[in-house]
Amino acid sequence: MSEYAIEMRNQLVGLFGIVERNMYLTKRYFLWDLAFMFWTIANTLTIVFIARAANLPPAKENTLATLLLVGATIWAFLGIIFEFMTETVAWERWEGTIEYTFMAPLSRLVHLFGQGAYAVLYGLIRAAILFVAVAAFLGIHTPNANYGAALALLAIASVSFIGVGIMTSVLPLISPEKGAQLGFVAQGLMLVVSGVYYPVSVMPEWMQWIAKISPATYALRGDRNSIVYGTGLQWADVWPLLIIAVLATPIGLAVFRVGERHAKKHGKLKRSG
Amino acid sequence: MSTLAPSTIDLASRLDRDAPAVEVRDLRKTFRRRDRKAGRFARKRPWPALDDVTFTMARGECVAILGQNGSGKSTLVRLLSTLLINDGGEARIFGHDAFKETATIRRLVNRVSVEASFFKKMSASENLSYAARFYGMRPSQTRTAIPEILSEVGFPPERRNESMENLSRGMQQKVALARALLTSPVLLLLDEPTTGLDPRSKLEVQEFIRKVRSEHDATILLCTHDMAEAEALADRIGLLDRGKLLFLEPVSDVKRRFGVETLEQAFFAATGREFENEGQDDDDEYREVFA
Repeated sequence: MSEYAIEMRNQLVGLFGIVERNMYLTKRYFLWDLAFMFWTIANTLTIVFIARAANLPPAKENTLATLLLVGATIWAFLGIIFEFMTETVAWERWEGTIEYTFMAPLSRLVHLFGQGAYAVLYGLIRAAILFVAVAAFLGIHTPNANYGAALALLAIASVSFIGVGIMTSVLPLISPEKGAQLGFVAQGLMLVVSGVYYPVSVMPEWMQWIAKISPATYALRGDRNSIVYGTGLQWADVWPLLIIAVLATPIGLAVFRVGERHAKKHGKLKRSG
Repeated sequence: MSTLAPSTIDLASRLDRDAPAVEVRDLRKTFRRRDRKAGRFARKRPWPALDDVTFTMARGECVAILGQNGSGKSTLVRLLSTLLINDGGEARIFGHDAFKETATIRRLVNRVSVEASFFKKMSASENLSYAARFYGMRPSQTRTAIPEILSEVGFPPERRNESMENLSRGMQQKVALARALLTSPVLLLLDEPTTGLDPRSKLEVQEFIRKVRSEHDATILLCTHDMAEAEALADRIGLLDRGKLLFLEPVSDVKRRFGVETLEQAFFAATGREFENEGQDDDDEYREVFA
């Protein structure tokens, strides 16, 4: 086997290691996850009940409830990805393992992509449970839904989300005390400009311009159309996501490298804030 | 060791056998630190953690670097393990630049620090698997290698599925040693590996370090403030004081040079201060963590 092939195999084993570790942790913290799932469902209900309070005819109420549910589900999905990516550094620093991970011969791209891949898998499962639970609780009907197209679009968007997540994961490296919280700020800002519960057109023009570079804009728009109106995968939603994905991952990685270098220069890898 | 991590085995076989295991020349690292006495808003000042440190280590050698807390020992270990970037000078490991060829260095080096540092909810076995994957070890390899290595460090293999938080400090430190050896490092950096251990665990860990030296082709850099431990384990002893390496030679030469009976007396002769009366500043305090 050539040296390159050996290195590729080792990196793949390392990627599996990241996913495997997250599986162990999910298993160990299962009750925390269960509690968090209940909280997310309750929180989503508080949003989707707004459709009931709007006093609309049943069909329109169902549509509004579905639109809100799609927004809340994608919020939850994106929240998981950002949380996992931001925790890449913060969690390991808290456990004290960060120096061992950072001195291991695993490429940073594989390390961060492994973390992102698990976040997408885990986030999709949680999002599916959330969607089904809330829809069942409120009796929301989605007779035209094209779930295949919705999932496919979310999968494409996930690559962009991971890229943006990599950018935010650097924050705890630069600021051990406030970095993780800044990650949540980034997540909130992305969703606000992406029209999480409303069309982008209702926002001020300058926000609409920012919405154009947010992958969540296209994921939300496409998934709403697929679930409410049954539309298939639309190229108008796919191509911006592909472009953002191609740009976001290398930019995210470059940003992370700068942050890592800063942390190593100033000795910030280890301490928790 | 019977099992070698695939990422290391190929590289180890191609190492330049004539190159020194470690070659450090004029190595410098300075952090900026706010003087506590000057108040919260005082300006940060540069604090040299390592000041033009120069030494070499031969392959298979065990060198102990003695020094009080804050003397720069952990900074030296972090620099050699690619966790810090130097401010000057150079460090080479088996001929490879520690700051430019980091991917290669990471396959050659592993370390055991004073804190065991594990995912506490995960078991010893799961933590070791996690570490081993980074070095290319697949599940089929770790399934047999982990119980083997745990037995070697004196950890009861039947407890390998217990979560780390249920293990004593001594047991955790044995798992930390197992983690370092599982990846077959050719340079093992031990940073206060026995600090905080009970006397029995301390002796067991020291015995294991001897065993690693005799059975494994590893070069060992031991940083400690335990003079007896350094004397018992190392071929040569160095004294790092306030970032400066005052000497590095066999213990008999140190005693002869200062005309003293003990290393404590040698420290006093070299620095003019008592070893026990040193400040308790930890190396970590030097770093700009809350910048």
